[in-house]
Amino acid sequence: MSLEEILYSGFLGLLFFYCVLAAGKAVDPVFAFHATIGAIASAAGIFLIVRSFIDRDGRVEPDEINGKPNYNLGPIKFASIAAMFWGLAGFSVGIWIALELAYPALNLNLPWTTFGRLRPLHTSAVIFAFGGNVLLATSFYVVQRTSRARMPGLVTPWFVILGYNVFIVLAGTGYVLGVGQGKEYAEPEWYADLWLTIVWVAYLLVFLATLWRRKEPHIYVANWFYLAFIVTIAMLHIVNNAAVPVSVFGSKSYVVWSGVQDAMVQWWYGHNAVGFFLTAGFLAIMYYFVPKRANRPVYSYRLSIIHFWALIFLYIWAGPHHLHYTALPEWASTLGMVFSVMLWMPSWGGMINGLMTLSGAWDKLRTDPVLRLLVVSVAFYGMSTFEGPLMSVKSVNSLSHYTDWTIGHVHSGALGWVGYVSFGALYCLVPWVYGKRDVYSLKLVDWHFWISTLGIVLYITSMWVSGIMQGLMWRAYTNLGFLQYSFVETVEAMHPYYVIRALGGILFLAGAVIMAVNLYLTIRHGEAEKPAADVALAPAE
Amino acid sequence: MDFSYEQVAIFAQQSGLLYFFLIFAAICVYALWPKNKSKFDHAAQIPLEED
Repeated sequence: MSLEEILYSGFLGLLFFYCVLAAGKAVDPVFAFHATIGAIASAAGIFLIVRSFIDRDGRVEPDEINGKPNYNLGPIKFASIAAMFWGLAGFSVGIWIALELAYPALNLNLPWTTFGRLRPLHTSAVIFAFGGNVLLATSFYVVQRTSRARMPGLVTPWFVILGYNVFIVLAGTGYVLGVGQGKEYAEPEWYADLWLTIVWVAYLLVFLATLWRRKEPHIYVANWFYLAFIVTIAMLHIVNNAAVPVSVFGSKSYVVWSGVQDAMVQWWYGHNAVGFFLTAGFLAIMYYFVPKRANRPVYSYRLSIIHFWALIFLYIWAGPHHLHYTALPEWASTLGMVFSVMLWMPSWGGMINGLMTLSGAWDKLRTDPVLRLLVVSVAFYGMSTFEGPLMSVKSVNSLSHYTDWTIGHVHSGALGWVGYVSFGALYCLVPWVYGKRDVYSLKLVDWHFWISTLGIVLYITSMWVSGIMQGLMWRAYTNLGFLQYSFVETVEAMHPYYVIRALGGILFLAGAVIMAVNLYLTIRHGEAEKPAADVALAPAE
Repeated sequence: MDFSYEQVAIFAQQSGLLYFFLIFAAICVYALWPKNKSKFDHAAQIPLEED
């Protein structure tokens, strides 16, 4: 056995015994359940390491075959399929809670299916389970290809992918069973946070070690964005989740920050989860997959460097705009607003760079729906990063905050930008890693594109109307100076928009179901890619 | 020697601003420096080169 296999087996063995002990001594049932999951996952990990050790029979995959890098694609395949699975799950939960808002009886009067528990299940499933697996899959692919080197490690890449998905299971089951620390987008309790920290450090090491082995002297810009995403998320995660557990055998913990400092740390984390997870990570996808699919180099590599550093310098300060008109000091609130407005520049610089990559190849949009998904995602990126700074301006925020406008804004970014760039990347990545010529059916991609675009339009327009109406109703006064509407009247007025929004979500899910079928058919029945030597040269179009 | 909160804050804020601004200016000069153009043109081709 290699040292790596021995160390991982030893670590998982210790973890197994701790989990069994913790399950036995647990002070609350959810902790016992999670410790059991931990014990099963550790034992399964050891089983997988031993089985692959027996299977490989003393052989190690070579770094190169016939002078070409022998890329490690197994973990990428797993993460791509996991992303599709979690995407369908997360979109479905989203529709369910959208319908709960329109028809409250759908919470079934059960604690596990109330809005308060299913909402974090939805946000974490789409952001961290779907988005996270897309980022893991694409980053492992892109860093290997652009470094022209196999990523190192027999166990570590698999540990990262499987360990991350175990975290997802712990987080999701915890929410439904009512365990969480009440921090938005960081709800999992201390033990899940610790586990994610270990997985994330392994992720950073695999990524850095692959860069270290690169044959290509220059580090391509997409890798810079991935690296910023990995490093910053590590920092945000550790600071925001600093907590003291009540017992090492119980799920409850107390966060070390308190009062307005806690609020500021939370939104420093929360906004940079948007900035570095949902933006930097997915911009890395844009900088690799758009040029690759359009078969043209990025419009301006210089702009990409300035884009990267401007984004890094500005995003980290924008968090306070989530706390306008609160106990936060005025200057901090103004600082957040100013930096948010300045973010217009790198955001639009990046958008222009992505879109202009197609100059001279715009006709491909007509024939290639995968490229269309990627390009429309960049357009949505431009739109939502225009809307965001606008909403961070205090006077606009006094109308928009706490209303559905925020939800609409988030979803134009989440469905339009993150969703579409992920779909485009998966439609490229799955055929590549399975050695297929292209997706099984471009016609189905076309259907996916149009159905889900209609869904997004219904979603964001209904939330604009609903949100602005809600904000205006909240601040309407009678001529005697009384509030014109009671709160419940504003809720009643939003009912039709909630129904339209749920319909939009159903269309978006329908598109994703088509995609899952298409990817399944690609893997099962896709036309195999011919070896390069057999391909006859074709004249240019 | 004792420093007041205000003194430390003003020093940190102003030197921080200067420090970040100078680094960013240096990055822009690096990105736009004419001699680096061929290097960046090559870098832009990295995803398109098959191996």
